[in-house]
Amino acid sequence: MILSNAGFLFLLLGLTSSFAVFLCAVLNIKKNLLNLEKNIYKFLTLQFFFVVIGFFILLYTFIISDFSNETVYNNSHSTKPLFYKITGLWGNHEGSLLLWLLVLTSFILFFFFSSKDEPKNFRLYTVIFHQIIVIGFFIFVLKTSNPFDTLFPIPSEGLGLNPILQDPALAIHPPILYVGYVGTSIIFASALAAMVTGYVNNLWAKNLKKWVLISWTFLTGGILLGSIWAYYELGWGGFWFWDPVENISLMPWLSLTALLHCILTLEKRDLFKNWSIILSIVTFMLSVSGTFLVRSGILNSVHTFANDPSRGIYILIFLFVLIFISFVIFFIFENKNLENKKEIFFLSKETSVLINNWFMIYFLSVVLIGTVYPIFLDVITSEKISVGPPFYNKLLIPFLIPFFLFMSVGPSMSWIKTNLKFKASYIYYFLLTSAATIITIYFLTQKDFLLIILVFSLVFLSFKTLTNFFKNNTNHAQNLSHLGFAMLMLSILFNSISSTEIIKNIEVGESFISKNEKITFEEVKTNEKKNYSSIIGTFEVKNKNNKIIKLYPEIRIYNQPVIATSEAAIKTTLFKDRFITINLIKDEQLFNVRYQNKPFMIWIWISTLIIIFGGTFAVFSKKKNYS
Amino acid sequence: MGVHLRFLVKKKITLSFLILAFFVFCFLVFNKALFKDKIYSPEFKDGKTTYLVDFSLPELYSANEIKLSEVIENKDFSIVNIWASWCVPCREENDLLKSLSSLSSLQIIGINYKDRKKNSIKFLNDYGNPFKYNLVDKDGTESINLGAYGVPETFLVNKNRKILIKIIGPINDNDVKQIREIVNG
Repeated sequence: MILSNAGFLFLLLGLTSSFAVFLCAVLNIKKNLLNLEKNIYKFLTLQFFFVVIGFFILLYTFIISDFSNETVYNNSHSTKPLFYKITGLWGNHEGSLLLWLLVLTSFILFFFFSSKDEPKNFRLYTVIFHQIIVIGFFIFVLKTSNPFDTLFPIPSEGLGLNPILQDPALAIHPPILYVGYVGTSIIFASALAAMVTGYVNNLWAKNLKKWVLISWTFLTGGILLGSIWAYYELGWGGFWFWDPVENISLMPWLSLTALLHCILTLEKRDLFKNWSIILSIVTFMLSVSGTFLVRSGILNSVHTFANDPSRGIYILIFLFVLIFISFVIFFIFENKNLENKKEIFFLSKETSVLINNWFMIYFLSVVLIGTVYPIFLDVITSEKISVGPPFYNKLLIPFLIPFFLFMSVGPSMSWIKTNLKFKASYIYYFLLTSAATIITIYFLTQKDFLLIILVFSLVFLSFKTLTNFFKNNTNHAQNLSHLGFAMLMLSILFNSISSTEIIKNIEVGESFISKNEKITFEEVKTNEKKNYSSIIGTFEVKNKNNKIIKLYPEIRIYNQPVIATSEAAIKTTLFKDRFITINLIKDEQLFNVRYQNKPFMIWIWISTLIIIFGGTFAVFSKKKNYS
Repeated sequence: MGVHLRFLVKKKITLSFLILAFFVFCFLVFNKALFKDKIYSPEFKDGKTTYLVDFSLPELYSANEIKLSEVIENKDFSIVNIWASWCVPCREENDLLKSLSSLSSLQIIGINYKDRKKNSIKFLNDYGNPFKYNLVDKDGTESINLGAYGVPETFLVNKNRKILIKIIGPINDNDVKQIREIVNG
């Protein structure tokens, strides 16, 4: 009880320091006193310090299972393993917002310390705009989602953490994703500040690039962890469902990717100024809308946590205030950062960046429309629809082909102008790609025209990206990420067209045949654990060469709250995953068994890791000028 | 030059108004969506009253195709109950349904959801059969059309298929009391 009240008090102190920072920054712009700048450092540190204390107090109440705290009571249980007591902190609305605040305040502190050689007014304006966000979130936490609400009388036991959230991948998924999301707040504040102070130039771009890369890398990591969780825990055998909440993390990723390419052009060629600003604003707006859509419960999805309209209304108003501020600033200061008219040659890196951005914006629009269209339709006509994979496949896949082809040649373009000379190597590329495509298609069961050119363009992209590694003066971080992307697309393609699935209702002792394999249901065992009891099936998979693999899918019945989850048994090899889940039908005898063959599953994770590695490499890379 | 500049400013102002109007529209839509009922109920609506959708399904024992609306027309009140032999709460609910089946102006129609014929007949033999008809919804599509969340689910309707009560999950003593009150007038 005392702990929780103290936590609340520290958050209040944090909010006070936020106002102090805001005030100091505003005064400093007018008066330019050295003393005030020192105060900004002081208050920024204090603000961060108070949030850290608040965070640790909440963490401590979770660890000691202090059920006088409502958040702990709702989301924890004394028999939970310590790991899930800790991760239970951000497995709920209140705690995750505190985490969000923690990352937010640490980033602005880090920004202020690391931007000492940038113009003073730019730094101050960035702090001002960023503090608006910080204050907004502080009030949101304190007013609508206080993690330190107390209960009296004190309950003797908690309600427990939702079992589907009790998973290692998901435990670290929110923090990683949040770093990605929150990083975009710095990009947003700094874009507005640069706009106001007329600092939208290559220097700004060079410094901002670091933040874009950090957010982008973490966002990619967060999405990867989310997919891994969906694959292992939800038991549907897929890794991406075009679920609205997944789309919400994909949208800022797409606009960040566009921004990343755009900002490079701004750095090197002083081009696309307004466009970079718009992308920076849009990226952050998409991140906040993500929070809005997830936290308000406006969407029904596996991720729905909170269903409280008052929270939704707060974020909605906050979001539109931010949009309004950025809109006004953009229109007032647009002229201050006039684009110096430069001619762009058709064959140049500038053009390829522009094309990349067109594609990104197209993909973004498709995902955005698919996500919000059902909401609009429901409000306007009361008709309820859900937009699924066919929509995205139809609208995205045909455009991927030109996208891959442009992506293959884009990185080899030079800035300003590329002199195209016919080289014999082009013929070799073409022949090599064709040969590889023919071989690949031969192994695929499905053969249609779209697929063939899709494979062709992807193979071409992979070859071109690979050869880029051996060029002089090349950007290895970029090569890595591009290669990872090509591999990711290839694995997803092969995975989605050659996955097989068989669903049977069988009893112990029975068996069935899937392709070349015989699957036998050998036995059922039960097992008691600290926070759940489980029914474990033993399956034997025997292939043509009599090679035997054992699989142990599980049904877990958690005790607090009582929820049954299905734990898939997955046998991963380099070429394919064997995936099996069971569900009870009757009396622990008859089971519904789902057996799936998922080729190249592991390569989806590996290639995403390569993309992330490329991003990390770029963050730490000291070399300034490539080509 | 001055005219040109003024033209540009005017264009800019018009554009900002359009964009602002768009954002205001989005805000209003999201605002409304927040307070909208998230529960999905596809029964067809006529003004304020809600009616049960109509469909035909084969009967469990006779395998004759039966039209729901034709059966409902025969009695003043009908209970439409979605059940399955593999559904544990359905077993507990069965006794309460049986107690209702004695009412003269009420009939109980079962929708047998995603079940095997052998299992459902065994279920009715073991626990008793409160149903006048049992429509077999093998793949569950018609139950979804009814707006079912899961099994069991119960609707009380009048002759015209107007929904009087909808109960999600197993019915309890209170529900039974309420149903009796309505049926007995």
